Amino acid sequence: MTVSGLTFQHPKSDRPVLRNISFDARHGAMNAILGPNGSGKTTLFKCLAGLWKPCAGTVRHGECDILSLSDRKRSRLIAVVPQDHEPPFPYSVADVVLMGRATHVGAFSAPGKRDVQIAREAIETLSLDHLLQKSYTRISGGERQLTLVARALAQQAPILLLDEPTSHLDFRNQLQVLGKVRAIARDRGITVLMTLHDPNLALLFADHAIVLTQGQVLASGPPEEVITEDTLAAVYGVDVVMLRHNGTRVVSPKVTR
Amino acid sequence: MSANLRVPEHPVDTEPKASVRAVAARARKKNIPVALLILVSPFLVAWLSLFLGAYGVSPGTVLRALGGLIVPGLNPSHAAESSIILDIRLPRVILAGLVGLSLSGSGVVLQGVFRNPLVDPFILGIPAGASLGCALSVGFLPGWPVQTMAFVFGMAAVGMTYGMAKTQGEVSRLPLILSGVIVSAFFTAMVSVIKFLVDPNKLQSIVFWLMGSFSLADWRQVRIAALGVVLGLTPVVLMRWRLNMMSMGEDEARALGVHVRRDRIVFIFCTSLAVSLAVSVSGIIGWVGLMAPHLVRMLVGPDHRTLVPLSLAWGAAFMILADTIARNLTSFDVPVGIITALLGAPFFVFLMRRGGKESWGK
Repeated sequence: MTVSGLTFQHPKSDRPVLRNISFDARHGAMNAILGPNGSGKTTLFKCLAGLWKPCAGTVRHGECDILSLSDRKRSRLIAVVPQDHEPPFPYSVADVVLMGRATHVGAFSAPGKRDVQIAREAIETLSLDHLLQKSYTRISGGERQLTLVARALAQQAPILLLDEPTSHLDFRNQLQVLGKVRAIARDRGITVLMTLHDPNLALLFADHAIVLTQGQVLASGPPEEVITEDTLAAVYGVDVVMLRHNGTRVVSPKVTR
Repeated sequence: MSANLRVPEHPVDTEPKASVRAVAARARKKNIPVALLILVSPFLVAWLSLFLGAYGVSPGTVLRALGGLIVPGLNPSHAAESSIILDIRLPRVILAGLVGLSLSGSGVVLQGVFRNPLVDPFILGIPAGASLGCALSVGFLPGWPVQTMAFVFGMAAVGMTYGMAKTQGEVSRLPLILSGVIVSAFFTAMVSVIKFLVDPNKLQSIVFWLMGSFSLADWRQVRIAALGVVLGLTPVVLMRWRLNMMSMGEDEARALGVHVRRDRIVFIFCTSLAVSLAVSVSGIIGWVGLMAPHLVRMLVGPDHRTLVPLSLAWGAAFMILADTIARNLTSFDVPVGIITALLGAPFFVFLMRRGGKESWGK
C-alpha cells in the first residue's frame, strides 16, 4: 500500500491536520504508525479507512486507488479493527465475527453456510472457540479485541487496519493480541497497518515504522533505525536511553525520581 | 496479492472442531422451543379470541364457521353466530394482528437503526401527524376520510422530521431524534388547538380515535393494514441482517461494507409506511412497538436474523391478546390503547428489576 501526498483539512478550519503524508506500507508485514496525541494519527487512520475524504493525495494498493472506491468495494480490500467499544446490543461472539461477511453478502440476503464456515475458521484461528456463544459485552477487553480481529479476518481483505489495538489492554493481552496479529500477517501475507502509542511495542512487533508529528511524516523505515533517542526527543519531547539486551532494543525514558 | 484471499488455510479447516459444534448446538437447542412458541403464539391467541366475547360461541361453532369459508356446506345452523364470527370477530382479530405486526416490526427495526433499545416506532412523529390528520378530518373537513388524512399527515410528519434533520448536514441519529421530538410537539399543539375550537360532539370522536381501538374493524381496514405489512415489512424482513452491522455504529458498518445512508433511508421509509397505514385504521396504540421487540430480545438474543421475525409474531400475538382483554374486561369496549399503556408501564418496571443493565441492551 502506497500513500502519497495525503493532505487533510477540516471544512471550517484554516490549518491542515495532515500535510503531504507519504509512505509505503510494507507488503505482508507489520507497519506501525507512531506519534503523540494530536499528531494526526487518528485523522490519518480515518482517511485510510475511507471514512473521511482527504483534500489531496492518493492511497494506492497495486493498481487500485482506494480513496475513490465505494464503501462496499473498499471493505473488500481493507478490513478495519476499531478501538474497543461496547455495542448497544449484546451480540454473541459468533454474531460479531459473522458481521465481517457483510461485504460479501447481498443487501437482501442473509449469510449462507459458507459465510458461517469462514467466520468459524476465523474464530478458530484466534482460538476463541470457547467464547462462540458468549455475549460480546461480557468478555474481557483482550478477548473483545481478538474477536474484532477475527471479524476482520472473516472479511478476507488483504489489508488490515488496527486503531490503537493495545490501548485498553493489560500487559499480557497487549503482547498476546500483537503476537496473534503478527502471526496472521506472516501466515497469510496480509499487510497490517496499525497505530501504536508505545515505542517498545513497535520495536518488538513492527517490521516497519512511520513516525508522525504535527501532521507530517518525520521518519519512515525499519523500527530500529526510526525509533531512536533523537526522534523520540523530537516527537515527544522526552529524554530516553536505548538499552540493548540479547539483540532487542528497549526504550527507557529518563524519569527523575 | 488477490483481494479474494482465502482464509481456510488453517489445519482444521475441513471440519469445524467438535467443541465448536457442541456449543453451537447447545445454544440453539435452548432457544428453539421458545422461538417455536413465539411463532405459533399469534395463532393460539387468535383462536382463543374468536370464541371469547359478549356473545358466547363454542369452539365447535368457530371451527364450522371457519370451515364454511372453504367448504360452503359446513356453516353453522345459526346465521347470526356465523356472522358474529366471520364479519365481526375475524376481521377484528386479523386487524389487531396486522397492526401489532406493523408496530412491533417497525419498533425492532428502528431500535436497530437508532442503536437504542428504547426507541419506539412513534419516535419520528407519525402518531402526532396522524392525530392532526384525524382532528382536521373530524373537525373541519368531513368530506375527507379520517383514514386517508391520518395516513397522509403521518407520512408528512416523517417527511418533515427527515427534512429538518437534513438541515444539519448528514442525516444522522441524533438530529433525527431531536427533529422527531420537535415535529411531534408542533403537531400535538395543533391538535390541541383543534380540540379547543371544535364542538364537543366532534371532540368526543377525536379523543376516542386518539386512544386507539379496533371496535370499528371491518375487512376494508384489514386490507389497508395488510397493504402496509406487505409493502413496508417485506423489504425490512429481507434486509434484517444488515441491522446487526448498522447497530454497531455508522463508521463500523461502513468499514464492513454496508451502504449505511441508503439502507437507513430504506428502513425509515418502509417502517413509516407500515406504521402510518396501521395507525390510520387503529388510532394511536402505544407501547406495543417498544415492548414486544424488547421482550423477544431478552428471550432469544439480539441477532436480527431471528429477532425480527419473532418480534413480528409476538407483536401480533400481544396486540390480539390486548384487544381480547379490551373486548371482554367490561360490558363495553375499552379502547385497546388504554390496555397496552396499562400493561406497558409495569412491564418496564419488571424489566428494570429483573434484567438490570443487560435488558437495556448494554
